[in-house]
Amino acid sequence: MRANNVTKAVALALSVAWVAGCSTSGSSTDTSSTGTDGSATQAVNVDSGVSVSYEDVANLQTVFYFDFDKAVVKADGFADLEKHAQYLAANPSAQVVLEGHADERGTREYNMALGERRAKAVSRFLQVNAVSAGQIETVSFGEEKPAMLGHSESSWSKNRRVELKYVAR
Amino acid sequence: MSKLFKCFCFYLISSFSVVWAAETDLAIEITQGVDEPTPVAVVPFAWGGNSALSEDIAAVVAADLGRTGIFSMMDRKNMLSFPTQENQVFYRDWRAGKQDYLLIGRQIPLPNNQLKVEFELYDVVRATKLLNGNAVGSMNKMRSIAHYIADEVYEKLTGIRGAFSTRIVYVTAKQQGDGKGTFRLKMADSDGYNPITILERKEPIMSPSWSRDASKLAYVSFESGKPAIYIQHLATGKRQRLQSFPGLNGAPTWSPDGNRLALVLSKDGNPEVYILDLRSYNLTRITHHYGIDTEPSWSPDGQSLVFTSDRGGQPQIYKIHLPTRKLERLTYEGNYNARARMTQDGRFLAMVHRGIDNVFRIAVQDLKTGRLDILTDTFLDESPTIAPNGSIILYATQKGVRGVLGGVTLDGNVRFILPSASGDVREPAWSPYLK
Repeated sequence: MRANNVTKAVALALSVAWVAGCSTSGSSTDTSSTGTDGSATQAVNVDSGVSVSYEDVANLQTVFYFDFDKAVVKADGFADLEKHAQYLAANPSAQVVLEGHADERGTREYNMALGERRAKAVSRFLQVNAVSAGQIETVSFGEEKPAMLGHSESSWSKNRRVELKYVAR
Repeated sequence: MSKLFKCFCFYLISSFSVVWAAETDLAIEITQGVDEPTPVAVVPFAWGGNSALSEDIAAVVAADLGRTGIFSMMDRKNMLSFPTQENQVFYRDWRAGKQDYLLIGRQIPLPNNQLKVEFELYDVVRATKLLNGNAVGSMNKMRSIAHYIADEVYEKLTGIRGAFSTRIVYVTAKQQGDGKGTFRLKMADSDGYNPITILERKEPIMSPSWSRDASKLAYVSFESGKPAIYIQHLATGKRQRLQSFPGLNGAPTWSPDGNRLALVLSKDGNPEVYILDLRSYNLTRITHHYGIDTEPSWSPDGQSLVFTSDRGGQPQIYKIHLPTRKLERLTYEGNYNARARMTQDGRFLAMVHRGIDNVFRIAVQDLKTGRLDILTDTFLDESPTIAPNGSIILYATQKGVRGVLGGVTLDGNVRFILPSASGDVREPAWSPYLK
C-alpha cells in the first residue's frame, strides 16, 4: 500500500517536473526524500503478480479531468490509471490513444498545445508505471471537440480532459 | 478602366466549383458608433432597364461606408430630392440636410446581362465634384459593383485604400457535444454576403490563413484523425496535404512574399515555431524553448515573426527577428496575451487579451508607444483578423449560446456584430486585397 502511494508520488512529481520543464533527476531526489523509507525503486516495480484482465480495464475510468490552464494529472485518477498501466505493461501488444482536450477559454492554437500537454502528462504517468512508449499515442484536439456544450464552469470542467482509448487489446 | 476590367475578370475567373449559396449567413448590426462621423448622402441610383434589379447598389454602398463608423449615412426619407445627374444637384438641399458629401449614380443595362454604373461624388460644403467614375459588371455580381464604388468613395474621402472588395473566410461548426459534428470552411464577401462552402468535414477545421496573392488558403483539418496542414487552391479546389509529423501540426500563416509558411510542430517534444519553405520544402526551426511556442504571424516586411509563448509562466506575445534571431517580449499588460496579428503598416498589434477580470477580449497595442487598448467588451472574444487597409478588426465572439463574428474599428469607437444564420461561426480570416 505504501509502495502504491510512492508510485503515485513519483508519477505526480515527474508530471509536475515535466510541466515545469525542470530536470527530472532533481525532482526524483525530492520525491524519495518524501517517501518514508526510500522505497522508490520498489514503487516502479508494478508487474508484481497483480493481474488485470481486459474485462477489468473495461470498467475503469477512461476520462481524466484537469484544472484550468493546468496539465497535472489529478490524484483521483491515479488508481485507475495505475490499473490501465498494469494491463498495458502485462500486454505489450495492447495500445492506447490519449486524446487531450481543453475548454473553450483562450485561443484555439494555444489550446491545441495545452491539450497535447495534458495527453503527454497522462502518457508520462503510464510510462513511469512501466508502460512502453510504443504502446501510447497522444493526439490533441484542443477546444475543438467539447464533451459538453455551454459557456460555464460546469461545461468547462468536463471539457478539460484526457480520454484514454484502447486501439488494440 | 483597365484596373476595373481586371477587377471583374478576377470575379469571373474565381467562379468556384461550389455553387454560390443564395442565403446570407451574416448580416450587419451596428452596436456602437462614433461621436462625430462625417455625414454622407447616397441617393438611390437611377435605373433605365425594364425589369426590377435584384440589388439596391446605392444601399450596399451606403452600408459599406456606414460600417466603417467614420461616416453617418443619410436616411433616404430625409432627402429633399433624388438627383441622379449633375444638373439635378442643388447643393442647398444637401447643406440644409447637414450633409458634407453626396453620391449619385445611374445604372444602365448593357447586352449579355451586363450592367454599367456611372457615379459622381460631390463635396457639398465646397460645391465641387470630387469624383467621376463608372463600373461595368455582370448583373449577378451587383454587390461586387457596389463594393467597388464604395472603395473608390472611401479612398477619395479618407486617402486610404478601400477594402470592401475583399473576402473573408471563417469556420462554422454544428456539434452536439458528443464529438460528432459538421465543420465547414466558408468564404464570403467582406460584408458577409454570398457565402460559399469551401470544405465540409465531419472532423474539426481550424486556423485558416490566406496566401498574400489571395489564391490559396492554408488551414488545419483533422479529417485523418490527427491535425494536419492543408493548402487549398481557391480557383480549382485542388488540395495538398503537407507532410505531417507526430504531435501538433498547426497554426499556419503565409509569409508576405508567399514563398514560406510559418507553422507549429511538436515533433521535437513540445510546440515550436518552424518556417517551411514552399519551394524547397526545407523546414527551419525558429524557437527553442521547453514551453509552448505557437501562433506565429509575420511582420509586414517578412523580417520578423510574432508568436505566443508561455516561457514567462503565462502566454505573452514575443517577436523574433529572423536574420539575427533576436528575441523581444512585446506584451506585459494582462495575464494572457495570445494570437497576435500585425497591421500592414507594422504599427499596431491586435491580440486576444485577458486582464485582471479574467475575461478574454480583443486588444490593440501601439508598438511605437507600447500603449494597449481593450477594444471589445463581449465574452470569449478571439481570433482577431485585420482588414488589409487596417480599418477594421474582425473577431469571433459569443452572442447568446452561439459563436458569431464581431467587428471593431482599430480605435474601438465602432463595433458591430455579424449574426449568423446557422451554427457556430469562428476563426475569421480577412483576405488581402484581391487585385
